[in-house]
Formats: sequence, structure tokens, C-alpha cells
Amino acid sequence: MAHVLLRHRDIEDLHKLDVYRRNGGYDGLKKALGMTRAEVIDVVKASNLRGRGGAGFPTGLKWSFIPKNAPETYVLINTDESETGTFKDRELIERNPHQVIEGALIAAYAVNSRLVFNYIRGEYMDAAWAFEEALRECREAGIVGRGIMGSDVDIEFYTHFGAGAYICGEETALIESLAGNLGQPWSKPPFPAVEGLYRKPTVVNNTETLANVPGILVNGPDWFKSTGTEDSPGNKIVCISGHVTTPGNYEVPLGTTYRELLAMAGGMKDGKAFKAILPSGGSGPIITEDALDAACSYDGLTPFRSVMGSASVIVMDETTDMVWAALKMIHFFRHESCGKCTPCREGTFWMEKVLHRIYDGHGTEADIKLLESVANNMTGKCLCALGEFATSPVLSSIRHFLPEYKAKVSTAAQQAARESVPVAMVGR
Amino acid sequence: MLRDKYATEIDALLARFPQRKSAVLHLMHLAQSEYGYLSEEAMREVADIVGVDATHVLSLAGFYSLFYEEPVGRYVLEVCNDLACALRGADEFVDMASRKLDIPVEGTTNDGLFTLKTVMCLGGCDRAPMLQCNLKFYENLDESKFEALIAELRAKAAADPEPSVVERIIGYVAQVS
Repeated sequence: MAHVLLRHRDIEDLHKLDVYRRNGGYDGLKKALGMTRAEVIDVVKASNLRGRGGAGFPTGLKWSFIPKNAPETYVLINTDESETGTFKDRELIERNPHQVIEGALIAAYAVNSRLVFNYIRGEYMDAAWAFEEALRECREAGIVGRGIMGSDVDIEFYTHFGAGAYICGEETALIESLAGNLGQPWSKPPFPAVEGLYRKPTVVNNTETLANVPGILVNGPDWFKSTGTEDSPGNKIVCISGHVTTPGNYEVPLGTTYRELLAMAGGMKDGKAFKAILPSGGSGPIITEDALDAACSYDGLTPFRSVMGSASVIVMDETTDMVWAALKMIHFFRHESCGKCTPCREGTFWMEKVLHRIYDGHGTEADIKLLESVANNMTGKCLCALGEFATSPVLSSIRHFLPEYKAKVSTAAQQAARESVPVAMVGR
Repeated sequence: MLRDKYATEIDALLARFPQRKSAVLHLMHLAQSEYGYLSEEAMREVADIVGVDATHVLSLAGFYSLFYEEPVGRYVLEVCNDLACALRGADEFVDMASRKLDIPVEGTTNDGLFTLKTVMCLGGCDRAPMLQCNLKFYENLDESKFEALIAELRAKAAADPEPSVVERIIGYVAQVS
């Protein structure tokens, strides 16, 4: 299958402007500039392209929310990518940066924005060199700056660095961070399309989402919808990590099953047996063997009470201790909670403490109930999704692997007995 | 002073943004690379350039994990031991690194060259074990590659007394003028 997103794997030196242009690069932008802004939005709407950062919101619809004739609007590319197990946008900005730039320029034209920022996580500073170099080429060639591609449209474009905060992948936190504030989400409304960066209408799109846009402009919405499923059209980059033979990024049509994904990654490492998958990094519930034939698509995992998310597939084999895995994940969320909402800040803190106690062999059966209670008191009570995400690896690991938890904790009677021993000893 | 040393670059950076406060993270990266960590004076300098209160810069330094408020070694080895990397031996790798450098996690070697830290996902999960050293990635590591890296960095430190991250950060700003 020829790649649509990871095209650099088929075409050598695609990161260079001349190579990209020889292969149809910036034809989508040229076409867009010959259309009205409304027509561009309609084409993207008709494609039913949905956000690739995980939430799956229709991209064209998002663009259409920007008020017409707003004097100042912004387009922000979300390359914050900090979800555990996610490394797809890194490959795009490193190896196929022009496709991201072209998609963002089309978005900027569509919503009448003269300024684009690519918010790249600070840790990707080295990878971002490639993106910056591509931008430099674009400025020289008149693709970015004043009168882009000979039109009367001006669009300036900069990279911007984060400094290590998972939460900045959440769009309102990203906007706050870019404005020079703490990266903490705000309660919507206002939605960024109405009040975003500097309180002006703002579009925030994931890097991979934008990389889909040039092809849609050139080849049309029907071409885009010819792969994937009806509700989840197009291709998706899936990041496969953990206990597989060949971890890495794999571009597949949406709707590919998790079993097929496992096979693509060379199957289980060292011939071990499969145990479980975290399908959307840490942010979605764990799935097990029974879900392997489900589709990797926006709703494919619904029957299994999980989500595709950003399609960061962390594979675990039979040797994995699921209490340990849950502890790793809650440690991540405790560290990354921005601290604004009390249920998330306190809940992740206490869940880590309790899980630690269980993992170290000092927990009791009541601690399992306590974990569930803390988690259930977080869901639906936080401004952003982090508070929800943080509960899912814990709750789903208890749901699927309760015996592993039980094997680590002592019963109330055992606990009482243990506590009574030293007292009895003292008595002697 | 940053303002004097990098006047052109800082002006170019500030010109990018409709509001100059947006330049704050970039300037904090620059200050940290120049001074090795974000001292109180460094944070004051950044605050003055951007036009915010120094306490605001301090709060950002605490919020974002790439900033150090205490002196660190010249090379900060940040190993990802998040779940995806840990499934491929990152925890054992951290133990090995700690033994080889003879420092605990969060410790700094006596010669001031290396600080060892563990960090959250860096986006190198398919090439674990991996680490970030002064914002550069080193991937598909094992014990011998780690030893080679340490030797390489020691040699670099001996040959070149100036840190190199500054040039990379300034490089971004300098490209736009």
C-alpha cells in the first residue's frame, strides 16, 4: 500500500521542498487559493476528516465555527504529542514536514488567518529542526510570508516550543501556554473558535489531521473516503510499542483490526503469549484478547468499553504484571495533572499512593474498593479529559485482572491477624 | 546578560508574537542553556525582557518539567521509564546507568558532568531504552552504547568548555529576522 501520510517512506528526500513539489506538493494549497474560503471548508467537511489527536471531531466543522469576517484569527498546530506510547507526529515533522505546513496553510486560508504557530513539545527540539528548515525553504520560495504562491494572501508561520507538560496537548491549555501562561485548561465555553489565543477566534488542529488536508484538496472528498470506514474515513498512523517484534509507526486504513496491527508489528516479541493492549496510550481503558478483532476506528472499541484515541497501541505480553502497569500509568497522570481541578490533582495523587501500597504487598482488599471510589469521584468532575483518562487504566485493569490485584492484597482477616501479631509478641 | 549578548535574536523573537509574553518559554529555554539552570537572576532577566513579574516566570519554571531551578550537571541524562519504555527494559536501564555513574536518580556526579533523571514519555517508545541529553535524543540503547555515550560526552566536555545547546536554541530565533 502506498502511504498517504508517511509518504517519505516511499519517496526519498521528501522533506526537501523541490522533491515535495515534484511529487505534487503544494498543489493542494494552489487549488485552495483558487477557491473561496467557504468552498475549501465545504470540501474538508464533505471528506468527513476527523481529528487525529484522539477526540475525532470533524475538522471541516471545526473550521466552519470561526466567525466570518473576524479581523484576527489564528491557526495552531498541535505537535505537543506527549501521550505515553505516541510518536507519530514526531515522524511527520521530522520526515514529511511540508505536508504538515501545506495542510496548515490551507487551514489558515480557509479561516482567514494570517498567523500560524506550530506548538512543538520542547523535547522534540532536535526533530523540530527539520520542520524549521522546511519553513525556511517555504519563506524563500514565497510559500510562507507575504503574497503566498503569487496570491494576495499573507500568512506568517513560526515554530513554538513547549517545555515539558502533557496537559498542553489539550487545546485550551495549549493556547494558554502559547500566550505565556501556565498550561492549564479552561472551562468551555468559550470555545477556541470564538475566543482562543489572545481571545481571538482560533483553530487548533493535530499535526496528523493537517497532513491529511492537501490530499483531500487535490483528489477530492470521495478519494479520501475510499479508504477507512463510513464513520472513520481515511488512513491513520498507529504507533505500536511494547512487547512486539518490530515496534514503530504503521499507516493503515481506519477499520484495520487490532489483530492485524499486531501481525504488522511482527507479532509478539520472543514468541510470548498476548495479554493486553492499552489502545490509546494511557488515556483509554485496557483491552484484552476478546477485542483483538475489533476495528481500530473512532467507534470500533465501543463494545469493549474503550477508545481508539490517538491510536497509540501499547502491547503487553503474559509476563506483564497489570498492577505494575496501572501504577506506571497513574504515576504518569499524577505527574502530568496540571493541578487546576481538585478531583484530578488529589485523585491521581491518592490513586498512586494506594496502588503503590498494593504493589508493595501492603494493601488490603478494601484498597481495591478505595481505588474504584477515588476514580468514580473524579470522572465527570474535571474541566478537561485528563481527569477522566487517569482513571481508565486503573479501573479497566481492575475490571479485567481483578485476580492479580487480589493476589497482592491481604483480606481483612489476614490484615487483622498480621496487626495482632506484634501486639501478642509484646504481651509475651 | 542575555539582553546584551543576544540582542538581535531576542528582538526577532519578540517580533514573532502579537503579545510579547508569548516569548517567555523560548527565553527560559535560552536562559537555562546559557546559565545551566534557571537561577533567580536568570528568571528576573527573562521577566524583565518579557515584561512580566518575576514570580510568573518562577511559577512557569515549576510547572514545566524541562526547566531546572537548581544547578544540574553539564549533561542531564533524562531516561524515559514510562510504561511503553519500561516494557522494553527502561527500568533496568536506569539501574544500570545509576550503577555506572555511581549516582542515584536525581543525583549529579562529583565532577559536575552528569545528572541522571527519569522522565515521562519522550516519544521514542519504539526505540527504547532511550534518553534525552540536553534536548538531544539517544535511542535503541544498551549498556555498551551507554558507556560509549558517556565516554563521548566526557571527551566533548574536555575538548570544549562551552555548552552547545545555546547555539541550537539561538539558531531557531536567528533564522527569522
